Amino acid sequence: MSDIADRVKKIVVEHLGVEEDKVVEAASFIDDLGADSLDTVELVMAFEEEFGIEIPDDAAETIQTVGDAVSFIKGAV
Amino acid sequence: MFDLTGKNALVTGASGGIGGAIAEALHAAGANVALSGTREAPLRELADKLGERAFVVPANLSDPEAAAQLPKDAAEAMGSVDVLVNNAGITRDNLFMRMSDEEWAQVLEVNLTSVFRLSRAVLRGMMKARWGRIVNITSVVGTTGNPGQGNYAAAKAGLVGMSKSLAYEVASRGITVNCVAPGFIATAMTDKLNDEQKGKILTQIPAGQMGSPEDIAAAVLYLSSAEAGYVTGATLHVNGGMAMV
Repeated sequence: MSDIADRVKKIVVEHLGVEEDKVVEAASFIDDLGADSLDTVELVMAFEEEFGIEIPDDAAETIQTVGDAVSFIKGAV
Repeated sequence: MFDLTGKNALVTGASGGIGGAIAEALHAAGANVALSGTREAPLRELADKLGERAFVVPANLSDPEAAAQLPKDAAEAMGSVDVLVNNAGITRDNLFMRMSDEEWAQVLEVNLTSVFRLSRAVLRGMMKARWGRIVNITSVVGTTGNPGQGNYAAAKAGLVGMSKSLAYEVASRGITVNCVAPGFIATAMTDKLNDEQKGKILTQIPAGQMGSPEDIAAAVLYLSSAEAGYVTGATLHVNGGMAMV
């Protein structure tokens, strides 16, 4: 796993309080990891801070899975 | 009784009677306060009176850009915004049939839309802190209606629905959103009423007198406190019994 993927995983584990092995690329924040819509807003906020990027609202809507987040962030940093 | 030491509060409309009293009450409870309003001189005067822990952040909330800038200015002055009191309000009274689009739009912009913008802007910090208080000053006329105030009553009623919706969304994050609904309070705004109007109003108030800005400030202080953490989506009516809702 790349450094970005590790950092994303760490944020997700901390924020959603889920077990690390559940945070796989294909895992959906809402369907698989138990996030509600406000959790996803907070995750985006946490990603923005961790990576020093801005994630616009329309892009945030496309980030549904852990893999989505990693690939968006890779393209943005 | 309530201790707000270390909390940072932004009060809009702090140049007015009620807003000034709110700022004083929060400050007296230990909060740092950022005083906002359109007129800088009275804000400066209040800040000087309060002394330490008071900051002046003027803003004209009818200007969307100024409304966007205000939370940033307040956070810069104090470090964060933990308590937001949306008190700023204007009136452009007119009979409904004579009310212009402009009178309608101005009142909705300042009394409702700017509250949406300011609240949205401060939520990020409150979510991270897992603590926040938003107190919106509405009005008894938002519940009862008032002839000549179709725009004002619409905006004030709108605040209640907005506050409840937001309260739902952020309750799990330690953020409460409540309204305080003043009845008739002796301020510059009610001074515009003539004696006949005032006399009529007093007959409708079981308490037999107009309220004071301090009556409203006490309600805001309570809703801003840690002790009110389980109160959200509520409207606290402070009106001497004129509308028991």
